Amino acid sequence: MHSLWIEFLDHVNYIGAACLFVVGLYTVITHSNLIKKIIGINIMETSVFLLFVSIGFVSGAKPPILAVGEPGGFFVNPLPSALILTGIVVGVAITVYGLSMVIQIHKEYGTIELDEIVETEKEIKTQIFRKQDDTSHV
Amino acid sequence: MQILNLILVVFLILCAIAAGRTKDLVSAVVIFASYSLVMAVLWLMLQSPDVAMTEAAIGAGVTTIMFVAVISRTSRIEK
Repeated sequence: MHSLWIEFLDHVNYIGAACLFVVGLYTVITHSNLIKKIIGINIMETSVFLLFVSIGFVSGAKPPILAVGEPGGFFVNPLPSALILTGIVVGVAITVYGLSMVIQIHKEYGTIELDEIVETEKEIKTQIFRKQDDTSHV
Repeated sequence: MQILNLILVVFLILCAIAAGRTKDLVSAVVIFASYSLVMAVLWLMLQSPDVAMTEAAIGAGVTTIMFVAVISRTSRIEK
């Protein structure tokens, strides 16, 4: 039981990353609000970053910064941190792009709820079909 | 140190669930900012201070400002 607890503490970041991914996916799927969907995408994204950085972690190691006159030693793997640094910036770009599209959708439809937007689209389609029917009868 | 790691991860999961469940979008965004800050602390504990700096500046700063700007242009309450 004790060794199981130690094992759990050693891998808590992986378990947490999986849980965060599932929570973010649930938020994206179940909410019809577009801003909530974007928040869910952000949560999923940070969970993947957490998984990557945890893989590169070495326990008892120092951050990978060399100081002059200081002896070396164990460093954590700098490759995942460098990749994730890029990933954070790309994630912000995706978020801001999505938010700009939310503003455009709000200008067009007057709402940011996905189910209301789908209803409006259906009404517009039925009106177009009715117009076509009227012209074909005449 | 590992206990603190566990506490931070549990706080992250609670923050993610709370951000999904609140109806007020502004409070959801504030909860998400606190999520990003705790994530920055977690990255400091994972010995990658460059990622922690970027996350604290971009994740908690720029993203929150963008979300608040968009919510002020659209509606605040989720139906």
